[in-house]
Amino acid sequence: MAESVKNAAAEITDAGIVGGAAKLTPEKIEKVINNVLKAEGGARLKTYVDICAHCGLCSEACHFYLSHDNDPKFSPAGKVKQTVWEIIKKKGRVDVEFIKRASEIASTECNLCRRCVMYCPFGIDIAYLLLTVRRICHKLGITPQYIQDTAHSHSATANQMWVKEDEWIDSLMWQEDEARAEIPDLRIPLEKEGADIFYSVIGPEPKFRAQLIYQAAVIMHVAGMNWTMPATPGWDNSDMCMFTGDFEMMARLKKIHFESAARLKVKKIVMGECGHAFRSVHDVGNRALSWKMPPIPVIHAIEFYYELIRDGKIKIAKKFDKPVTFHDPCNTVRGRGLHEMGRYVANATCETLIEMHPNREHNYCCGAGGGVINCGPPYKMSRIDGDKIKAEQLAAVKAKGAQTIIAPCHNCHGGLEDLIHHHKLDMNIKFLGDIIYETMEKPE
Amino acid sequence: MAWQKVYNGVAEGEIIMTDISGWDWDSGKKLISDISDWKKIYHWVEEPYVSSDGEKIAAVIKLPDDEVFTMCENGVAWENAFDRVWYPRFSPDGRLTAFISDTGEWALAVDGETAEDKYDFAWDTRFSNDGKNIVYMAQKEGKYFAVVNDVPWEKVFLNMTGLAVSNDGKRAAASVQTVAFKEADIVKFQEGCYSAVIDGVVWNNNFVNVWDIVFSSDGKRVAAGVRTNLYDYTVAIDGVVWEKTFASVWDPKFCPNDGSVTAPVRSSGKWFLAKDGQIFWDRKFEQLWHHMYSKDGNKIAAIVAPQFGRWTIAVDGKIWGATFGDMVTDAVFSPDGSRVACLGKENEKWTVAVDGNQWDEYDMAWQPVFSPDGKNVAAKVEKNGRYTIVINGKPIKEDFAAVWDPVFSPDSDKILIKTIETGQNENKYFRRVMPVADITG
Amino acid sequence: MHDIYDFVSGPMVWVSLIIFAAGCIYRFISMALLAKEKDPFLYNYMSPYHALRSIFHWLTPFGSENMRKNPVFTIVAFSFHICVVIAPLFLFAHIILIKQSWNVSWWFISDTMADIMTLIVIASCVFFLIRRIVRPEVKFLTSASDYIILAMVAAPFITGFWTYHQFAGCRIMGIIHILSGEILLAAIPFTRLSHMIFFPISRGYIGSEFGAIRHAKDW
Ligand code: HEM
Ligand code: SF4
Ligand code: SF4
Ligand code: SF4
Repeated sequence: MAESVKNAAAEITDAGIVGGAAKLTPEKIEKVINNVLKAEGGARLKTYVDICAHCGLCSEACHFYLSHDNDPKFSPAGKVKQTVWEIIKKKGRVDVEFIKRASEIASTECNLCRRCVMYCPFGIDIAYLLLTVRRICHKLGITPQYIQDTAHSHSATANQMWVKEDEWIDSLMWQEDEARAEIPDLRIPLEKEGADIFYSVIGPEPKFRAQLIYQAAVIMHVAGMNWTMPATPGWDNSDMCMFTGDFEMMARLKKIHFESAARLKVKKIVMGECGHAFRSVHDVGNRALSWKMPPIPVIHAIEFYYELIRDGKIKIAKKFDKPVTFHDPCNTVRGRGLHEMGRYVANATCETLIEMHPNREHNYCCGAGGGVINCGPPYKMSRIDGDKIKAEQLAAVKAKGAQTIIAPCHNCHGGLEDLIHHHKLDMNIKFLGDIIYETMEKPE
Repeated sequence: MAWQKVYNGVAEGEIIMTDISGWDWDSGKKLISDISDWKKIYHWVEEPYVSSDGEKIAAVIKLPDDEVFTMCENGVAWENAFDRVWYPRFSPDGRLTAFISDTGEWALAVDGETAEDKYDFAWDTRFSNDGKNIVYMAQKEGKYFAVVNDVPWEKVFLNMTGLAVSNDGKRAAASVQTVAFKEADIVKFQEGCYSAVIDGVVWNNNFVNVWDIVFSSDGKRVAAGVRTNLYDYTVAIDGVVWEKTFASVWDPKFCPNDGSVTAPVRSSGKWFLAKDGQIFWDRKFEQLWHHMYSKDGNKIAAIVAPQFGRWTIAVDGKIWGATFGDMVTDAVFSPDGSRVACLGKENEKWTVAVDGNQWDEYDMAWQPVFSPDGKNVAAKVEKNGRYTIVINGKPIKEDFAAVWDPVFSPDSDKILIKTIETGQNENKYFRRVMPVADITG
Repeated sequence: MHDIYDFVSGPMVWVSLIIFAAGCIYRFISMALLAKEKDPFLYNYMSPYHALRSIFHWLTPFGSENMRKNPVFTIVAFSFHICVVIAPLFLFAHIILIKQSWNVSWWFISDTMADIMTLIVIASCVFFLIRRIVRPEVKFLTSASDYIILAMVAAPFITGFWTYHQFAGCRIMGIIHILSGEILLAAIPFTRLSHMIFFPISRGYIGSEFGAIRHAKDW
């Protein structure tokens, strides 16, 4: 333990961690840890800790490890050693400094990208173990400030960005107006009961990237979809509570989301290009509510676009002529195996696709996922430093001629943008929706 | 909350509604309006809405050659047109309402008449059970409030969500932000910046969160699920919290006869039903939500998952034999409380289940409706893109391009069916009344 | 000396076998019960096809990306595991002893083969040891228990080799051989070596999650 504290890159300044830690005592820490381990640390946690061979084979899976010149403190099992093993060995009797550092490791030095799961011979789910640490930190009240703020927003507004009920509706109408300038009979049908598709997005779309809603509306319109969006909370499919370890709130958010879709009697939910939100609706949040699978099928935008193009509902007028590369979001590849569909869409819409390596299920995370980018400015540089390897990968593919990165995930955009900016790579990033919108046949 | 109330469709007392005995209950089919005619005039006709008595059908239309919209009811357009019209809703007593905007200002229009007060935004129309009173949310200059029968609250708030309205529509409540805090001020937030407001009056205490506000059936009391810190959830009634806290809580409900309050609560990883703060039903569930009272208040039913991934109905804690893998929704008590119907979904197919007995499979189904005598159950269903009405598991002979929820006559002998047909009658909206026995045989 | 020999080669064999078998069963059942109580949903996601698919990939040499990236380790690890299981089970001397006691026997390997396999196990253990010391990422994870377990695994093979080849002090080595073998056997269910029991389960579970739910491969 002393070791991990000494090794901490810099003094911890995050207001959430420091402020929360000020209220902690060793007794409280011990009690909370043991409560969590007893009530929730089931067979999985125990077995994973028992059988880990300490072989270190997972190390090379992790971009943090690779980016820090193979520093073992950043290896997946190394991070578990500095947190879970120590906690279990000491039966929760760890001090405040230890738990502060544990919070930082679990929340900002792991993207929960699950790449290491594919490298461990036992398939030990390191992401699950580190999420358990985040759960403990949530219960102790030492979650990093910015992501905690997002969790607060979720609880108060059922969306990630403090968007108020009227602001949501207003931004949809605004985008509808904008889009009507291009396609006069376009609609964003609100609250249309019995539509086939419930289209849901993440909080940042109405707030910062409203043009994505515009583009989605154009795609829906041209493809002739019978779709709707809710005019109530429940429109946001994202979930930072899943990443802070506030699982009760995660469950509440998923309930509101699925019930909004059920209320509108839709056949399926199509969601925008977001990775973590997909994870939360596909196999994490739903389980917290006792839904084995999503009660209403959830189709990620990648799959939806794939189907539209495959079925000829969207036709490409002129392919995107600059060479592109494709970044696989962890949550859509390791989370849903959508890599080939993504490439299908990219190839259908772009002239040249240059692959990065490793790719598909073996992609490197953008460094932003798992709520790390949501931990905000205090961790921006450690995040960028922690994914040097991705920057190298981008530089390599740029050397082969790719100028544009397609990344069908919001977080990935944030993460990749920071990498590009920091390493002066001068590449641009697009969503699949951007490319389809640009290249598709539209009514005159 | 708004959407939950509709989703449940079981809010106590709601069944009373307007007096439907005055409706036209003579058997027969009546053409109300031919939407093709509207389409000939107005090329832009949005999805239609139908009044509960089926006598009116309305849709948002765009006037030809002009970028303005209005409502068209039974083929007649409102006199005025607007920049925008949205959220058309019929009140239970048959008035047509919609939000309209001109030059960026919003108001509610009722049967074409617009109130004088305008807002920066207005949304979420609600009606009293008899349809006489109308409540909605509004925002002006960044401040939030409710508007009851065109009278806005004097007191306004930083933010307001989850509008709740009493059965008589005279009172409104919501969750409000009472304390301002700066961006990312997590300390302030956790001190509690939210409360409940009823008719503009805020509870004395603040909470970290307030959700799922509900009025008692007489409209005198208000309960809500609250979070007192990041971890402790409980129920507050008129601002007073239960002694016990839980790991989570879903919508509380008032018992219609003795005024007690029940809510699903989570403890040690399982869900229970709690009454006045104490665990009430003697068994735990993987999930328990949307509990509801029979009209007399003597029975409680809830949607439950007795084991992970399997869903059913529990009545007074006892579960049905039939379970569903995907989900169960839209539960409803028969008027006398002796029966329960709901929708169940398994392998992507919906069905209606009544007291655990399942009907056919459908692509989609709507909340079942009991006849007043409780003997018959009807529901709107969809199969292969066609809609029809099913009574006690038997579909009526035809299917349609569109159907609305059926209504039984007060004597339970007849059923009102509202449909848009296809083929020769394409786009024609009919209202028909049929003897129930004709269908059930 | 003879008494000790009789003791370790008689009742102790029974004791260690019983501890091993009962221990494995106990660990397995208690884990299954714990899972049922604490995370019952896990059972819902087990998909036999995807579980076996994953196990198969990971029992195939070079069947996973990571094995291809670490060819030396892969060869050593596979040779080690094959030898560590095969050598003691199919050693002629062991089979004779078993035949004498219980009158059952089975196929055996030649003594030369056994010798080679034993050396492979010993050499692998040395490899694991060195790797643990020189590779920072492995060293970081290493605690005393890892060395002890490695020693426990190597001991019966070293002593067995010693005894067979009649090096100096082979009588006492023989006793140590039997004893260390028994200790190893008894230790399997209760140490990290329990990975023998749990490998199929943890692999099968994650294989099911990846295969059936997430439609992705996990190798
Ligand atoms: C029969 C089922 C078994 C399976 C499927 C299995 C599988 C594994 C796996 C996957 C590893 C991780 C690293 C590697 O690939 O080497 C490992 C490590 C190891 N196994 Fe096994 N094993 C089994 C039985 C045993 C037995 C019976 C022993 C010893 C008596 C043993 C001793 C070891 C040791 C010492 C290591 C650690 C190597 C190191 O220090 O890095 N295993 N095993
Ligand atoms: S960042 Fe990804 S690879 Fe690294 S430890 Fe976390 S889940 Fe594993
Ligand atoms: S690869 Fe698996 S067994 Fe080896 S150290 Fe990493 S987590 Fe442990
Ligand atoms: S942000 Fe993108 S790359 Fe990063 S974890 Fe999420 S999905 Fe993976």
